[in-house]
Amino acid sequence: MRREWNAIWLVAQREFKDQVRDWRIIAPMALLVFMFPFIADDTTRQAVTFMNRYGGDLILANLIPFVILVIGFFPLSFTLVVALEAFVGEKERGTIEPLLSSPLKDSHLYLGKLLVGILTPLLFSYISIGLYLILVSRRDVTFPSAYMLTLIFLLTFSHAVLMVSAAIVISVQATTIRAANLMASFVVVPVAFLLQGETILIFWGNENVLWFAIVAVVLLSILLVRLGLAHFKREYLLGREIDTLNFRNMYRVFREQFMGGARSVGEWYRVAVFDAVQKMKAPLAIVITLAVIAVFASYFWVTNNLPAYVELSPDRLDELRAMVGDNLVVLDQLQDQLPAPLLFFFNARTTLVFLLMGLISFGTLGVVLYVVNFALIGGVLGAANLIGFSPLLIFAAGVLPHGLFELTAVILATAGVLKMGVLLVSPNTERSLGEIFLVALADWFRVFIGLVIPLLAIAALIEVYLTPVLIKMVFPFL
Amino acid sequence: MIECEDLSKKYHGDFWAVDGVSLNVQPGEILALLGQNGAGKTTTVRMLTALITPTRGWARVAGYDVVQQPQEVRANVGVLTEQHGLYMRMTGEEYLDFFGKVYGLDAEARRSRSQYLLEYFGLADAARQRAGEYSKGMKQKLALARALIHDPSVLLLDEPTSAMDPESAQLVRNEIARLRSSKRTILICTHNLAEAEALADKIAIIYRGRILLNGSLDELKRWVFGAVEYEARFAEPFEAGELDLPEGVEVTFRSATSLRFRVEAPLAVNPKILEELVAHRAPLVSFQEVARKLEHVYLKTMAEARGGTYAA
Repeated sequence: MRREWNAIWLVAQREFKDQVRDWRIIAPMALLVFMFPFIADDTTRQAVTFMNRYGGDLILANLIPFVILVIGFFPLSFTLVVALEAFVGEKERGTIEPLLSSPLKDSHLYLGKLLVGILTPLLFSYISIGLYLILVSRRDVTFPSAYMLTLIFLLTFSHAVLMVSAAIVISVQATTIRAANLMASFVVVPVAFLLQGETILIFWGNENVLWFAIVAVVLLSILLVRLGLAHFKREYLLGREIDTLNFRNMYRVFREQFMGGARSVGEWYRVAVFDAVQKMKAPLAIVITLAVIAVFASYFWVTNNLPAYVELSPDRLDELRAMVGDNLVVLDQLQDQLPAPLLFFFNARTTLVFLLMGLISFGTLGVVLYVVNFALIGGVLGAANLIGFSPLLIFAAGVLPHGLFELTAVILATAGVLKMGVLLVSPNTERSLGEIFLVALADWFRVFIGLVIPLLAIAALIEVYLTPVLIKMVFPFL
Repeated sequence: MIECEDLSKKYHGDFWAVDGVSLNVQPGEILALLGQNGAGKTTTVRMLTALITPTRGWARVAGYDVVQQPQEVRANVGVLTEQHGLYMRMTGEEYLDFFGKVYGLDAEARRSRSQYLLEYFGLADAARQRAGEYSKGMKQKLALARALIHDPSVLLLDEPTSAMDPESAQLVRNEIARLRSSKRTILICTHNLAEAEALADKIAIIYRGRILLNGSLDELKRWVFGAVEYEARFAEPFEAGELDLPEGVEVTFRSATSLRFRVEAPLAVNPKILEELVAHRAPLVSFQEVARKLEHVYLKTMAEARGGTYAA
């Protein structure tokens, strides 16, 4: 272990020395680190004075955590450029081959570069934040609590880890520094959005929620590191390929995987669709388990906690039951208000959103959305139980008939998204990262077009034409 | 020791950068790999360094399999890459120290090896200068020192003397010769045919990924030009057609002042030819073997590989 760490540190140390000897990196960084806290301090003070002159009721103390976050972010975004060229820069300068020819392992090289990529910007960020805090301490405002400061320091750390992990993945995969820099927006833009989300959380005032952001970002970073390590290929770094998009090749890879060599629809179902489902056994088991947990956890949470928030006196319960009864008439209008094709479209769109969210998060966000959907079912059943209806009967009449098809479709689609994420972070020496992505996408579309779409179509028809009838039939027995 | 059999590498599409290369270099031997730019020399070296996975075939370097034991291969090989690959902001001393650490040398070994190599290659005075300030030749020497820092048993050197002045090149050649005598296995990729001729025990010529010839220089000459050729030169025009040449002599060129011929058994036949010339009072100036250089072997081989002919 010590030997492994020494090798990683050796790579990081050399890189760090190289960075600090380059005035083109150090000079602007130092300028940013030492100037920005002063500018930020003065600007925020003036902004507060200006707003309050017009009754804005803004207090400088409220702005401080947000400004700290921004001050920490600036050096990170700047040094991203250094992380982006970690591998591709060495490739262009021709220094990578002696390093790759050495007995250093892939993990030594990768983690060494990652380490220095994280430590350098963090060092600058923390210096900058520290300077700002000194300035704040001299003003007559409430100093942020130690808890809040810890959270912000951790958030800054998680941003650094996320940005550098993503930058290193780009650096390994890009063929030129120019391409790597162009791809930087794929890192900066999402992190900027993340920063905005965190800002809302800070202003909202619920500090504890920030822990979710920290954990989520660190998890995503771990997946990115895993992705980078899984697809780190010395051979690729020595290649002479140029940055061109080969659409024909992309189409060929996708089509070959999607068709699976089938020549008829029947054969396609046999060799492509069912084969894809067969290979999804583990993800299927995971998402089914998650669904069951989500339904039950949500059901019990609502049953146990809702009474604390909502008044559920006997009179109120009677009122609610009567209200549900009166609203049953709405079910008669469902065919007009939400026709089956529209419902099918909404459900298909939701499934595609799972895919899109999964694509940008190695499957995790897709699975999160899926879990939320199942939690909603559990929540509704829990609420029904509180009102005095039979949750089992509601489930049997209101969910099961169309859910048999719709939930199966959603489970299949989510398992596909999860599998895609796993494929992306699994080592594969046979294919490039782009090819793996296309193959995983083709696998998902096999299941989506072959099974999910037909199942959602059947579910929409049942939900619009059969489910309302069943609900009305069982309502007197609820 | 370097051994490989049917070593091949296919890149995207159907392009075989290296196709069925088989080599065997024993400790104490130098193999020169010759070929045009893009012939597959660098790809071969990269496969032997376990940087690129072969598409077909196998290779063992320093006793380790390049696919199964890449780490061990790299630890026992010293590589001089096509580009020197120096870190420009590091001093020569720091650079060697860094790679010494990479190869797991202790502090004392790093210090003594660096000192020896810097002094040997005449870089001691520039040891504390940044590599970016070095001349081309100095950079090449520092890169070579890096390849030797861990005293590897196998050396793969791509153009070891390129960009060097004649004195430095001689220094490097002497070091390579010294390493051979201390039983190192050495493979050199070079365009410098004189250097290959002077250093190599074996020569392999690669063309479009395939080895065309592989053997000692004498073997290559015999394969390419046939039996050894001799030439008699005359001080004044002489009618060589009157000579009664022994059986087995193939006249390859005749002019008023020279006669070239090829014989399978020169020890037996050449004295007879000499007797015949003396008997005919030939105004003989010289009688010697026609020198065939590696350059001729290489150019003829390449010309024939392209479907052309070679005229010396």
